[in-house]
Amino acid sequence: MAESQSNPRTHPIRVLIAKPGLDGHDRGAKVMARALRDAGFEVVYTGLFQTPEMIAAAALQEDVDVVGLSILSGAHMALFPRIIDALRERGVDDVLIVAGGTIPDDDVQPLLDLGVSAVFGPGTSLSEAVRFIRQHAPVRHDVP
Amino acid sequence: MMSLDVTPGLGARLLAGDLGALARAATLVENGDPVGRAVVEGIYGRTGGADVVGVTGPPGAGKSTLIDALIDELRQRGRRVAAILIDPSSPISGGAVLGDRIRMSRWDRDPDVFIRSMAARGHPGGLASTTAGLIHLFDAAGFDPIIVETVGVGQGEIEVAHLAATTLLLQVPGLGDGVQAIKAGILEIGDIVAVNKADLPGAEELVGDLSMMVTGNERPAGWSTPILLTNATTGEGVPAVVDTIEAHRRYLDTSETGRLRRESAARSEVFGLLRQELERESPLHLQNKASLWHELIDDVVERKRTPSAVVATLLGRDGATCR
Ligand SMILES: Nc1nc2c(ncn2[C@@H]2O[C@H](COP(=O)(O)OP(=O)(O)OP(=O)(O)O)[C@@H](O)[C@H]2O)c(=O)[nH]1
Ligand SMILES: [Mg+2]
Repeated sequence: MAESQSNPRTHPIRVLIAKPGLDGHDRGAKVMARALRDAGFEVVYTGLFQTPEMIAAAALQEDVDVVGLSILSGAHMALFPRIIDALRERGVDDVLIVAGGTIPDDDVQPLLDLGVSAVFGPGTSLSEAVRFIRQHAPVRHDVP
Repeated sequence: MMSLDVTPGLGARLLAGDLGALARAATLVENGDPVGRAVVEGIYGRTGGADVVGVTGPPGAGKSTLIDALIDELRQRGRRVAAILIDPSSPISGGAVLGDRIRMSRWDRDPDVFIRSMAARGHPGGLASTTAGLIHLFDAAGFDPIIVETVGVGQGEIEVAHLAATTLLLQVPGLGDGVQAIKAGILEIGDIVAVNKADLPGAEELVGDLSMMVTGNERPAGWSTPILLTNATTGEGVPAVVDTIEAHRRYLDTSETGRLRRESAARSEVFGLLRQELERESPLHLQNKASLWHELIDDVVERKRTPSAVVATLLGRDGATCR
């Protein structure tokens, strides 16, 4: 597998790709999902209109290493704190959270302060995003 | 004899209803981690009671949508339901896009529904034993039934089907007259056949065609394959599917077939684990010994060793050479 040659992991990184909010465009999220698959990741894709509770339930049950949030509606500043709270409420506290979509520069720092590890704007290449996730996904050696 | 002790920690937590512990245990089992195996060992004595229902059928037949409708019906009947949704891994990158969950978003607030997606990861035997491990975890955590979705192609998936007490096979109108299903031999794996997308033209004709075809099937005595009509999107026909699954379960409980099914499930699991173990123990598994593996395969190609001599080497029983 492509993954195990550059990385000591013995299993694929699991990523949840979710589209919170009400915008009905998931092309970007699907492109990202495919790019991650082609990089050897396992991507749980949950589709459009995900509430914070849906995202948290999926992250918990799927035990993903990474939660990727794709958002184009502009509602990120309202939704992200709720998503992060919902994750914490369920005890999902060891995942890498990344975001993509149309997020203005001014909002990046506040999102990072909330616990988002990276914001991939429209200018980010797919391979940059893949590389970031590969490098920063938590390695779990054992049980929590 | 089997130990009934429960591994402290993860196993105890999942038995106590900790869903995060259940999810983490599933990951460890999936990764073939010894901790995962220890958890399954610890809980195994408490398993075997849950009904395992396989749902299979061609891509896009509506399996995930139907499972969502089945969960709805089963919840109304007071059951706690787990679903394992298996999608293929890319043979090229080893990655996968697991998209079945899209159809099942509505259970986010229901602690009595647990949904887990799984990539096939390209090990046929491994898939069956891994799936069996997950089934044991969900069983011990009190989920019953446990529904397993697979696309009905490939040897690994046939092995997964052996784990189910009841297999529900989906067919849809528009893919042919059912002859393809006979040719592929998949009609035989269905204990129950559902013709889904009842709203599409040709659905009723397909029920008629399939009814004729399954009458010729060699099925065990006491059960003739029902052909049902469903609309997974609206839920029409779904209560009848659940009734029929329950009827099949009662049939298994009172017939020799039930015992045979359990034996075949245990066999699939043991063979899968054996195969995983052989791979783990052999140079096949070890990246850093890949050159030895290549060497052995080269020798087979060049007729320096026989394939069975290589197997002997992999099993550590050297001595056989090319005659
Ligand atoms: N008209 C109609 N469409 C349906 C029905 N059931 C499912 N669908 C649609 O069929 C498409 C595929 O449904 P899924 O449930 O994803 O099918 P699947 O068999 O799980 O697909 P894979 O897992 O990709 O093989 C979706 O667009 C569903 O909305 C039905 O009874 N009638
Ligand atoms: Mg599906």
